[in-house]
Amino acid sequence: MSDARKVLIDPLVDNNPVTLQVLGICSALAVTTSLLPSLLMCLALTSVAALASAAISSIRNRIPNNIRIIVHMTIIASLVIVTDQLLRAYAYETSKQLSVFVGLIITNCIVLGRAEAFAMKNGVGMSFLDGLGNGLGYSAILIAVAATRELFGAGTLLGFQILPLTSDGGWYEANGMMLLPPSAFFIIGGLIWAIRTWKKAQVEKPDYQIHEVHRTEIY
Amino acid sequence: MDAYFSLFIRAAFVENLALAFFLGMCTFLAVSKRVETAIGLGLAVVTVQAITVPVNYLIYAYLLKDGALAWAGFPDVDLSFLGLVSYIGVIAALVQILEMTLDRYFPALYNALGIFLPLITVNCAILGGTLFMVERQYNFSESVVYGVGSGAGWAIALIALAGIREKLKYSDVPEGLQGLGITFIIVGLMSLGFMGFSGI
Repeated sequence: MSDARKVLIDPLVDNNPVTLQVLGICSALAVTTSLLPSLLMCLALTSVAALASAAISSIRNRIPNNIRIIVHMTIIASLVIVTDQLLRAYAYETSKQLSVFVGLIITNCIVLGRAEAFAMKNGVGMSFLDGLGNGLGYSAILIAVAATRELFGAGTLLGFQILPLTSDGGWYEANGMMLLPPSAFFIIGGLIWAIRTWKKAQVEKPDYQIHEVHRTEIY
Repeated sequence: MDAYFSLFIRAAFVENLALAFFLGMCTFLAVSKRVETAIGLGLAVVTVQAITVPVNYLIYAYLLKDGALAWAGFPDVDLSFLGLVSYIGVIAALVQILEMTLDRYFPALYNALGIFLPLITVNCAILGGTLFMVERQYNFSESVVYGVGSGAGWAIALIALAGIREKLKYSDVPEGLQGLGITFIIVGLMSLGFMGFSGI
């Protein structure tokens, strides 16, 4: 049981796919201007990641090694098509806002990366949990970014007014830059900084040590 | 002619796939450590993008679109739900062919690109280009221009970032920001800069 827990919990902070492995930010940041589409996106990605890992794991001993990528892509693409059709059927307005980004879950490196690295070597149940955990780790970052952007960019959360805007007689002046693409990069940069200050082990070693060079010059 | 030129500029700068739509971020961050590899990957992406967008346009317009099969005698068939699978299949096949061609004729470039060439298959910028083409209903010549333009924009952003990161190696960055953190902040600044093009 503890193994299963570790597989599920590890990707949330300690081994987060976004901040540590730099995977899967591609298809997602553009939807983070407000919280509702981000939540749907997280739901879609997490279910695709978990189901794809389980499906690939269940046939892992039958996939010939040299065509495995094509097999993975086909499985993932079929799952994404189902997700896309479901979103269109039950959440049409939001799926319009997500536009091409649901389709882009296919090329999300988290899904394929977990299929390659974990599902090809482990059982169905564990692979499902691993996909779920990585999907949740991605969702945590996405929701944090989306909440920050919507709250400071428009003063709302899920469409409800939290900070009263000056244009409506309140005190908060909306920060328009939060709704533009660059802010997402700044927020993720800051998040990585915060996580790495908390978990020192994740700090990257610089390629070139300035202080050591100074020291050798002195001695 | 003017329309095509402005489409090219818009695809390459204003609606830059990497900086405005966050597409292809994984490779964008992983391969931008050295300018030489960045140039190689940039060229590969421009080539793949310039071929896949028009090819996918043909597939969409003559096989998948609602009523597209009228020429084969099936005017009521709508296969557009098969789009995603077909596009990714085309991309995977083209990347495979490109890989074999490079291996045969440009072994130096092939070795420099290494693992990143097969990764172009899962590069969101490529699939994103195709999906935007479908969503915005470009015609054939527009899709050629859009493919080249968006690929070029992605390559320019990649090479510029690689140049900055080469210089960055010699700067003293706070501990937690080293590597990935500072790269994100730089990309954010670049994205601000590229937004300035929207005035054109």
